[in-house]
Amino acid sequence: MARALIAMSGGVDSSVAAYLMKEAGFDCAGLTMKLYENEDAGISRAHTCCSLEDVEDARSAAYRLGMKHYVFNFTDDFRRSVMEKFAQCYARGVTPNPCIDCNRYLKFDKLLQRAEVLGYDLLATGHYARIEESGGKYVLKKALDASKDQSYVLYMLTQRQLAHIRFPLGTYLKAQVRWTAVKLDLCNAQKPDSQDICFVPDGDYACAVERISGRIFPPGDFVSADGAVLGRHNGFIRYTIGQRKGLGIASSEPYFVCGIRPADNTVLLGRQNELYRAQADAADFNWISGTVPQSSLRCKVRLRYRQPEQSVTVIPTGEASVHLRFDEPQRAVTPGQAAVLYDGDTVLGGGTII
Amino acid sequence: MIYADNAATTKTSRTAIAAMLPYFNTVYGNPSSLYAFGQQAKEALEDARTRIAACLGCDAREITFTSGGSEADNQALLSAAAIGARKGKKHIVSTAFEHHAVLHTLRKLKTQGFDVTLLDVPENGLLSPRQVADAIRDDTCLVSVMYANNEIGTVQPIREIGAVCREKGVLFHTDAVQAVGHIPVDLRSDNIDLLSLSAHKFHGPRGVGVLAARRGVPLTSLIEGGAQERGKRAGTENLPAIMGMAAALGEAVRDLDANARKLRVLRDALIEGLSAVPHSILNGDPERRLPGNVHFCFEGVEGESLLLLLDDKGVCASSGSACTSGSLDPSHVLLAIGRPHEIAHGSLRLTLDAENTMEDVQQIIIAVREVVAYLRAMSPVWRDLMSGKQKFILE
Repeated sequence: MARALIAMSGGVDSSVAAYLMKEAGFDCAGLTMKLYENEDAGISRAHTCCSLEDVEDARSAAYRLGMKHYVFNFTDDFRRSVMEKFAQCYARGVTPNPCIDCNRYLKFDKLLQRAEVLGYDLLATGHYARIEESGGKYVLKKALDASKDQSYVLYMLTQRQLAHIRFPLGTYLKAQVRWTAVKLDLCNAQKPDSQDICFVPDGDYACAVERISGRIFPPGDFVSADGAVLGRHNGFIRYTIGQRKGLGIASSEPYFVCGIRPADNTVLLGRQNELYRAQADAADFNWISGTVPQSSLRCKVRLRYRQPEQSVTVIPTGEASVHLRFDEPQRAVTPGQAAVLYDGDTVLGGGTII
Repeated sequence: MIYADNAATTKTSRTAIAAMLPYFNTVYGNPSSLYAFGQQAKEALEDARTRIAACLGCDAREITFTSGGSEADNQALLSAAAIGARKGKKHIVSTAFEHHAVLHTLRKLKTQGFDVTLLDVPENGLLSPRQVADAIRDDTCLVSVMYANNEIGTVQPIREIGAVCREKGVLFHTDAVQAVGHIPVDLRSDNIDLLSLSAHKFHGPRGVGVLAARRGVPLTSLIEGGAQERGKRAGTENLPAIMGMAAALGEAVRDLDANARKLRVLRDALIEGLSAVPHSILNGDPERRLPGNVHFCFEGVEGESLLLLLDDKGVCASSGSACTSGSLDPSHVLLAIGRPHEIAHGSLRLTLDAENTMEDVQQIIIAVREVVAYLRAMSPVWRDLMSGKQKFILE
């Protein structure tokens, strides 16, 4: 019987994923990654040493399903590869997606390696996405439940990884998942879905960046494209491209954040029309098929999570870089976010907007 | 299965279980009750206290029963702090490798205005009385040093440290949870004012322990609600557990020399067998350590994987520092003796007991060698070390 390790966060999705793997006949064990200390996430230490409740929920679900459960400590790796990188990106004026880094460096790298070392053939997670295989080639597809689809944050998967990964929820609707959890009487059946970034539970990214980096980001000038000073900002890490609210500038026509320039501590403002870009470049690009197309291709792109797909012409410019030419100019193309390419339901690949 | 995690907990002995049973359903009266049936329970309680005191070289009145080692540590520190505060002395000396029951209580005391000096621990895991003497100030109210470390097993020069404290007129507490029942401990001759112990570390039941406090050291009660334990710990006494503890301690102290002799042979064989693993190191002094404690670091090995694969081979072991979640944190003890993070992650604690055999030791050696070799073969870090891309930390 093939052995499967299930990454269990303590939430309802990964618990049901564990159940489905067991039902499919795998010899399963549950695993919870300890990623950070409460203090790192700005939660007072209280009396526990980690996000203990989630761990207990995962353990309880695993035991209920008759599986062993382990907790692995990945706090060092998580701090280095996700939290510090998150802070460094903001400090460079770039808006990162730490969930993608966590998938890239932790779940599907360190954890997958660990699973292999411990003799598990497969790693399963509660992600909503599908993996299909034909003729020894793996294809990553959107989830059946479009409202939950997480294929956007999985674009970095390689053929080698896909061969050892299972996403049992890919063909399920969220409602079915909750219903399954209720039927199984799992303690977390009614637990709300996690929102936001796990190590920034209060959603205050700027505060998290300062806590992690130990730096203070001082106020500076809002400037226009022609260099005119329009006002004062409260530290450039507090702004993202396309932002309109909270700028504190009185004007008949609204201003938007069009750029962040750490070099001279300014935030570039402009009018709505200045936010649009007809093209962009992406680096660290991963083609899921493992082969870089020889010529340009037409497909769809998402420039942020849950964005409706846009038509694009993609020109490969290297082993791991592409140039994107949008059919329609795109609003607030944000460096640091992922550009992910789709052909129908299939994820072709993705990279980081530069 | 080979159980080699006796520092985590031990099997409750037959003697202890036999001693407990009558107090569940035969002599089940409340020791505080007036009638003769309650009196009978009270007599048993006091008899247990006397027997435990005899094992520790103190007086029965100096024994307070607690729910275990952690409670005893908390109460010892908070009591000594209260005594100090009354005299305007708010400085405490302890060490960086204490149990969290001590470290976390000290952290709490810091928020109450106490100044805490945590002594560095030398690489061999042995504190010197000189370090303690140098750290004591005019406003020091307490020194707390563990008798034997729960991870690396080193046995501290408690008698000498106690003498330093006596001379300077400072209260001395020792967390003796790992020591009592395994090595000779004597309150009087060791110059100890406050001592914590836990029954389940010497084949007694869980959920019961002792805070021994020299006469004249008033304890602060942490739990209010009754006059049990002379007002120092409210709550109906856990008589069955206390009877089990008294029986287990009596047995452990009676067999102490014989067990220690046997264990040292097993321990040293295990140390020898594991020392043969390249790029490994024994943590803690090889001589001045608990008779059953073996603690190693293996470079290029992940502690969590090591423990899981040993479990698959039927060996119950630990890394020494388990967080309540069951995940492994890099041990503060190993960091305290100067092991770098990447080495501290690859640690293994094996704690033997008199029930273990030389065959167990042989099997453990084989299992550890196999698992370490396998994990290294799979490890990218190990590849870098072997190719010279990264430098070995351990020779």
